[in-house]
Amino acid sequence: MARMKFLCDADRCIECNACVTACKNEHEVPWGINRRRVVTLNDGKPGERSVSMACMHCTDAPCAAVCPVNCFYTTADAVVLHSKDICIGCGYCFYACPFGAPQYPKVGNFGSRGKMDKCTYCAGGPEADFSTIEYEKYGSNRLAEGKLPLCAEMCSTKALLAGDGEMIAQIYKERVVKRGYGSGAWGWKTAYRETIAI
Amino acid sequence: MRRGMTLFRTIVVATALAAAVPAMAQQTRDGLNPTGQNPTADSVTEEFLFKQEPKIGGRVSIPDGKSANLIQPQGREYQAFREGWLPWIGGIAVLGILGLLTAFFLLRGRIALDDPGPDTGKKILRFNSFERFAHWMTATCFIILSLSGLNYIFGKRLLMPLIGPEAFGTLSQWAKYSHLYLAWPFMLGIAIMLIVWLKDNIPEKLDWEWIKAGGGLIGRGHPHAKRFNAGQKVVFWMVVGFGAAMSVTGVVMMFPFAVTDINGMQVTQVIHSLIGVVFIAGILAHIYIGSIGMEGAYDAMGSGKVDLGWAKSHHDLWVEEQQAKNASVAQLGTRQVPAE
Repeated sequence: MARMKFLCDADRCIECNACVTACKNEHEVPWGINRRRVVTLNDGKPGERSVSMACMHCTDAPCAAVCPVNCFYTTADAVVLHSKDICIGCGYCFYACPFGAPQYPKVGNFGSRGKMDKCTYCAGGPEADFSTIEYEKYGSNRLAEGKLPLCAEMCSTKALLAGDGEMIAQIYKERVVKRGYGSGAWGWKTAYRETIAI
Repeated sequence: MRRGMTLFRTIVVATALAAAVPAMAQQTRDGLNPTGQNPTADSVTEEFLFKQEPKIGGRVSIPDGKSANLIQPQGREYQAFREGWLPWIGGIAVLGILGLLTAFFLLRGRIALDDPGPDTGKKILRFNSFERFAHWMTATCFIILSLSGLNYIFGKRLLMPLIGPEAFGTLSQWAKYSHLYLAWPFMLGIAIMLIVWLKDNIPEKLDWEWIKAGGGLIGRGHPHAKRFNAGQKVVFWMVVGFGAAMSVTGVVMMFPFAVTDINGMQVTQVIHSLIGVVFIAGILAHIYIGSIGMEGAYDAMGSGKVDLGWAKSHHDLWVEEQQAKNASVAQLGTRQVPAE
């Protein structure tokens, strides 16, 4: 099985936010929640770079470790998913996440945290594939259709890569060698405890 | 509009070219820019940004400003605390105090009613109904808050394997609701107890003598004490202090980002959990001495009336005070005025 990862080539990202919009639309993500966002570093200064970021589906995911109800599970493709039936909206995963991925609709006690929502790598949830309940809770299940996450699929500059870690690392390496530069695989060291050596 | 833009662009490009031609002729070679540098040499890198600050953030164009944090590896430290340290600290605090209390019970036994004071059969009112209401409201909330709190740490380790993930998920959901809703009557109870009992809990010289004498716990006989002895004052200040700390940290976590950012909330959770387990340990000792640890002690919070002999040996100065008050207002024999 593949080990699915995300890689954002910051030298290509033009901060068009289409990945953000596509994700929001594809999964009908609730109001106030963005499963993916584009962060611009050094905004307006020389060396400005933009990075598209969502859940990185970490190796030994911190969210899963700190969850008091063990609602997380890792699929055969190494995608980190969770069950909204078991989640209690305590907020610990969001304290532990290095990428700010877990978010909560404001439907809990005192308008506080409801059940956590995060990027599913377009892989749905524990419910039966393509079921209505799965779509309502987690959004569409493109992975089960044999497709990759929509954010990466429709990225206008092919900055955002999704797929097997080794394959996307190879694509990125080739790019860096050909053009002679690259600002690195953002977040990889934190998420996967490895980076792409070029 | 479009034609206007094209015209504008043409003029700009023409002007730029006219200005650049002499410079280009001199400096440009092999497609390099005039400075001779790689155009991406000054681009930001993860390594460089992590050297400047422990986390990387920037600007986002979506309205959610807090999503501008790109990478915040501190979550790993929080994880190390919550999954590595906290279960051990919590386990040792709770099991440790239970072990100590068991050992104390086995060594000292139950502190008897006639030790040394005799059972006179007469009763004196120690806590009026409002005081008892405040105590039991806080106590009930505390028990549920501590069980639901311990569930956050130990539930998945102890309870989940027994009842299965679905039942445990439902139970934990209710535990979370109770934790958040019962926090409010708990805070109210703490506030009432602070107001009602503050004046009797100011530390004084007598307390030091009580501690030096072993407080009646070690050895025989009871040192002098007013309404609350030094041990009870410690419990009072622990409840007020820890209660306040738990309230503040709890409310901060209940409303994410209202007060502090993500690192602040991580620290808040660490403080809340550490004080929580110590608080539970302290209250277990309080429960012990107020129930099985000492005969006659439970009546104070049960019926509110304690045996006069018990009161004389444990709170001699308070009994004198009450009797003096009684005499001055000429009350009936055994009936006592409520202690405020």
